[in-house]
Amino acid sequence: MSDAGRETALAAGPERPVRVRGWPWLSHVLPGAPQLLAGRWGSGGAALLVWLGLLWVALRDVSAFGSALGGPADARLAVLIVVVSLTVAWTWSWRDVRRGVGPGQPGTSQWDSMARSFARNRTAVAALMVVFGMYLLALVAPLVSPFDPTAQGDLVNERLLAPSGLHLLGTDQYARDVFSRLLYGARVSMTIGLVAVGIAVTLGTVLGAIAGYLGGWVDSVIMRFVDTLIAFPRLVLLITIVAVFEPGVLLITVVLGLTLWPRTARIVRGEVLSLREREFIQAARALGYSKWRIIFRHLIPNALGPVIVAATLGIGDTIVLEAGLSFLGIGVQPPMPSWGTMVDDGRLHLLNAWWLSTFAGFAIVLTVLSFNLVGDGLRDALDPRTRP
Amino acid sequence: MTKYLVRRLAGAVPLVLGIATVVFFVVTLAPGDPASLVLNPGMTPEVADQMRANYGLDQPVHVRYVKWMGAALTGNFGTSHTYRRPVLDVLLTFLPNTLLLSGCALVLAFMFGIFLGTVQAVRQYSLVDRGVSVLTLFFYSMPSFWLGLMLILVFSFFARNVWHWPIWFPASGMTSVDYEFLSTGAKVVDRLKHLVLPTVSLALVMTAGIARYMRGSMLEVIQQDFVRTARAKGLPERTVVFKHALRNALIPVITLLGLYLPVLFSGTVFIEYVFAWPGLGKTLVDAISLRDYPLVMAGSFFFAVMVVMGNLLADVLYAVVDPRIRHE
Repeated sequence: MSDAGRETALAAGPERPVRVRGWPWLSHVLPGAPQLLAGRWGSGGAALLVWLGLLWVALRDVSAFGSALGGPADARLAVLIVVVSLTVAWTWSWRDVRRGVGPGQPGTSQWDSMARSFARNRTAVAALMVVFGMYLLALVAPLVSPFDPTAQGDLVNERLLAPSGLHLLGTDQYARDVFSRLLYGARVSMTIGLVAVGIAVTLGTVLGAIAGYLGGWVDSVIMRFVDTLIAFPRLVLLITIVAVFEPGVLLITVVLGLTLWPRTARIVRGEVLSLREREFIQAARALGYSKWRIIFRHLIPNALGPVIVAATLGIGDTIVLEAGLSFLGIGVQPPMPSWGTMVDDGRLHLLNAWWLSTFAGFAIVLTVLSFNLVGDGLRDALDPRTRP
Repeated sequence: MTKYLVRRLAGAVPLVLGIATVVFFVVTLAPGDPASLVLNPGMTPEVADQMRANYGLDQPVHVRYVKWMGAALTGNFGTSHTYRRPVLDVLLTFLPNTLLLSGCALVLAFMFGIFLGTVQAVRQYSLVDRGVSVLTLFFYSMPSFWLGLMLILVFSFFARNVWHWPIWFPASGMTSVDYEFLSTGAKVVDRLKHLVLPTVSLALVMTAGIARYMRGSMLEVIQQDFVRTARAKGLPERTVVFKHALRNALIPVITLLGLYLPVLFSGTVFIEYVFAWPGLGKTLVDAISLRDYPLVMAGSFFFAVMVVMGNLLADVLYAVVDPRIRHE
């Protein structure tokens, strides 16, 4: 597109005026800084934070960073993540500056207007950055954590130490570093949350759409099953299943996913019921498309909005539930660190080592709070009534 | 109304049957031999087979299924290994404690939730609204078991041993050690004090959710024409808010009762475990570590049926306050 063309396109857009300010070359040293100066604090701040944070991780101890390449698989993955993220942040900022800092041509699709609306919600964007930051931190945990999360220290002298410069958040009853365990616990908790919700969303969307579109006995059978599963308090169903099988990460993840899908199915079915009467579905039917094509290509993409909101909120719920199961001793099994297990460890030492439970709990609250804020932001962004 | 009631009750029956079915299949699909709990290596194969026959384990799945359904619906859940009493007996012993705890929490949560949500809606975008919003979201994201531990730390340990407050709350159980020797008045006070921390930690998380919902519901009602009419008539603001708006805003909140029962019962499991409260939830968790399967099965069946009952109650309440529902 020529420069003149871009000018008119931008002038036509309803967004804020373009201001190319500051020093574009800044993107070579501090990616994100020009965007930040131009007022795009969301993407600019994220790029700058990733850049500075990961650069610190890499340069803090260069020799350790280098030797991690020859280390175990997760350390090599962490190095890879760091390098890739740094490259992506740098390239994005540089290309963005070359295009001219400022909003690009505003899109008109449903997703574009939703993204714009979401970007205006500062709390939600900040929460989204926290979520990404947590996942990034969890992925690079081997490079950041100062100690081995499962190695026991000196049980005589290093047991239940209060937070200090060496052990940022203290040590636990086996003299393990709480901060390192929190970092590795984030991996377990956040992975379980993501995978379980992924299972639930896939199953729930497909079954809900099938029930809603086909109707009849298929609908009755699926929805009766959904009603039954929803009647169970989720925790009680989980307890029952875990009690008769052997607890473990895989079982917990699958079962968490299998107990969440009915909620998604209900949402999708409701959406599909109203969508199937609309003209574009009638048109698709008139064109002779098969019912599977209509379900997967026409109905599901249009019903996804509320599903994404529910999924985001569901990840928070699932993380709390996983922590709860581990807290009761029937979730993630020691010595694998998990936030729930750490709260339970602290329960037994609550009065002489308050830092065990407290910090693990804070980690849960921060994560779940961020997911809830992002979910709320997405819901507001999807709701045309709240769009200005 | 009677017709509506009958229809709802009839709808609940397949749900209870479905729950019993799910519980049955979870047990049946479990790996291992259920009889191995009572068998020991010294038994001859003939005796072991005899034991299996006693439990009906030699019969095909569909026969066992019908038998389990019959037994579950008549309340015969077998015998608990740990208590050596009928399972139903054990559950009924602990049920009142759970109902006391969850009932108190439910009342507290709805009272404060409705109050906070109303205040927020009436003073929309004020400092109070923003402050309460942040606070409710914070509590909404909090695991109740962690909140319980933190309350113990502050109001039980620090308050008593570090800050020497005149009042602190006990951290576990339903009664003190010297309960038997207290006067009647002191007994009541002792029980109430033991109830405070578990109830508060169970209620706070729900309060936050109810307040968030109530705020939205109230905001919708307060914009409607009849509220403006009430104001135009010159009614005092208090009457407008509490008599005209609040009553209508409360209707959708009733559905929350049904929605929050699973949350409430999941919460009691954690809270009873944290505060050593002798209720259904703690019994269930203990039963898992003791591998007392009949108790686990019956306990989860109990909880699920209680949720169905609660939903039924919420539906009926909704029909009572909103006549449009029952004539649909």
